[in-house]
Amino acid sequence: MSIKRKRNLSATIALLPTWFAAVVVFIGTMAWSIRLSFTNSTLFPSSTYVGFAQYSKLFASAKWLASLQNVLIFGVLYVAGCLVLGFLLAAALDRKIRFESAFRTIFLYPYAMSFVVTGLIWQWMLNPTLGIQASVRSLGWESFVLDWVVNRDMAIYALVLAGVWQGAGLVMVIALAGIRGIEAEQWKAARIDGIPVWRIYVSIILPQLGPALAAAGMLLAMGVIKTYDIVVAMTNGGPGNATEVPAKFIMDNLFGRQNLGLATAGATVLVLGVIIAVAPFRYAMHMRNQAKGAA
Amino acid sequence: MKTMMKLFLAGVALAGLFAAAQAEDKPTIEIMSSWTSGGEAAALNVIKTEFEKRGGVWKDSSIAGFGAADAAFQNRIVAGDAPGAKQGVIGLAAADFVSQGLFNPIDDVAAAGKWADALPKSIHDLISYDGKVYLAPTGAHGESWVFYSKEAFGKAGIAQEPKSWDEFFADLDKLKAAGVVPVAWGGQPWQQTKVFNMILLSQVGIDGFLKIYADKDKSEASVEGVKKTLEILGKLRGYVDAGAAGRNWNDATAMLITAKAGVQFMGDWAKGEFTVAGKQPGKDYGCMIAPESKGMVYIADSLWFPKTGKAATDKAQKLLAEVVMDPTVQVEFALKKGSVPMRSDVDKSKLDACAQKGLELMSAGAIVPDQAIVLTPQQVGALDDFVDEYWSGGSNDAASAAENFFAIFE
Repeated sequence: MSIKRKRNLSATIALLPTWFAAVVVFIGTMAWSIRLSFTNSTLFPSSTYVGFAQYSKLFASAKWLASLQNVLIFGVLYVAGCLVLGFLLAAALDRKIRFESAFRTIFLYPYAMSFVVTGLIWQWMLNPTLGIQASVRSLGWESFVLDWVVNRDMAIYALVLAGVWQGAGLVMVIALAGIRGIEAEQWKAARIDGIPVWRIYVSIILPQLGPALAAAGMLLAMGVIKTYDIVVAMTNGGPGNATEVPAKFIMDNLFGRQNLGLATAGATVLVLGVIIAVAPFRYAMHMRNQAKGAA
Repeated sequence: MKTMMKLFLAGVALAGLFAAAQAEDKPTIEIMSSWTSGGEAAALNVIKTEFEKRGGVWKDSSIAGFGAADAAFQNRIVAGDAPGAKQGVIGLAAADFVSQGLFNPIDDVAAAGKWADALPKSIHDLISYDGKVYLAPTGAHGESWVFYSKEAFGKAGIAQEPKSWDEFFADLDKLKAAGVVPVAWGGQPWQQTKVFNMILLSQVGIDGFLKIYADKDKSEASVEGVKKTLEILGKLRGYVDAGAAGRNWNDATAMLITAKAGVQFMGDWAKGEFTVAGKQPGKDYGCMIAPESKGMVYIADSLWFPKTGKAATDKAQKLLAEVVMDPTVQVEFALKKGSVPMRSDVDKSKLDACAQKGLELMSAGAIVPDQAIVLTPQQVGALDDFVDEYWSGGSNDAASAAENFFAIFE
């Protein structure tokens, strides 16, 4: 008993720095930011409280509203695109093809790149005067158009394209590991029953990959909230507000526009959004675990 | 062994003392700037060379990108570790720092150097707060320039500079017909706002411009001026190429250098790019003030001197302020940077044709301040948003957009 308590004590002491970091750095700064969002701070923190004035200003801003809509479109398409493409790549690699490890490396490679690099590469490729459009036109197809980054309606999809190109490799690796973990017996049994290959993947393999894909999806979703660098590198939020995202809005107001109050209001809304999105999910998980425990 | 150790330690301590004493003697400054492109770095070097010649120690902390440097500077200030000097524009951004008591005044240097006599009154007013001088002006940039490639103009058969917007658009049509991109457009919000301002000045004149930006005047005349400006701006959309969105200003200048494009609207820092490419003003490229414009929009750079609490830095700040305002440094700096000297009593003969045109307008007082001088950073951002939304939104409804313009001041 006393040994156990001792061990607990030393564990507690060992964890102290982490607790300190979590409470002071994480929660402390968060509370500080939220406090600032109720003040009229501009360049420096001020303590003149203005109530919800910054929030009403925030939601009157067309740029902020556009950024919320953009991050939603981008997030849904990016996560879905990565999951679908990643799974397809994993299934293709699983077919015992030649040079599998070479392909695996190639597909995973984009993920090793920073979003800034990815953004710049795609910006050049999709730029109508430099990239694909210009090269195809120089080959003779004069009416060819591929101007996604400069086209107001398509720019957000250009971001999705670049994002999926980068993120699909990660999903592929996780899915492939999951597929390899599935017993070979199931394959044999399905084969004997004469089930077509695509059906095996969809009805037998895919359901068993649930946890792996959920983990991959979670990783990608966390990236969506912070989306900043790829936008700065590819479109800088343009044309107009077409690819403005909340993180960029906050950074712009924090530094460029010296508007601390508005920036922290935006950050608070973002945190609230994440909590609202994650809370039901966590609650469901919690309930499921309890149900399991009861059974 | 022990004594050896003691001796060694004593030696180290002594050496440290000497080093400290030496550093104390020399005015040392850490300067933070965003001047990193070829021309800019060369200009900063002019100041550095003279500063070191007069016994100063110079530590460079330059960061590429105006916004990035500003962000780093703010972080350093908040962290209580301010650099000795920061390059920044003269305007309301600096006023915030001054009003928080974060900058050192350089009043005695200004008094000793008779800055009040050497500088145009408007500039002297802008660098003073509550009667004390705080900022050391390095140079002014004209922002009403239209640069054009003589080769492209030749191809299109344009013999002389257009005098009115009608002639200007006729020339753009000729450029288009000759297979040249008429306007090398820099599709970033800040660049678009500069074009908006130079057109606005050509439409409402100097008094009208000041009324709008300084007095926030919403009278019918002001609204009408903004409307006419937006019409001209909207018309320009038809003369840019598909790759304009997001283009850097120096990439746009490169299109003129290679004669792929006809004209570019830009501040006179674009001259630096022409110079680096070995092009001569008046021979390879021309510079004209925007059509119908009676004056020039200007922006002014300066050095800011944050309080650091170190005596050596305080001394260095005074020395640096002296160096920056030295007449020869002002001219040399302007030549490298492509700007116009701030002092009106310098030797003008060395300046190129474009800078002389600019200096003429400046000494005649035919200048209006850039938005960064008269608007807060929030308002500048709102103005950028407004112009960008109109430009890239493709709306031709100039009348209703003009009504919305005045919301940026709120």
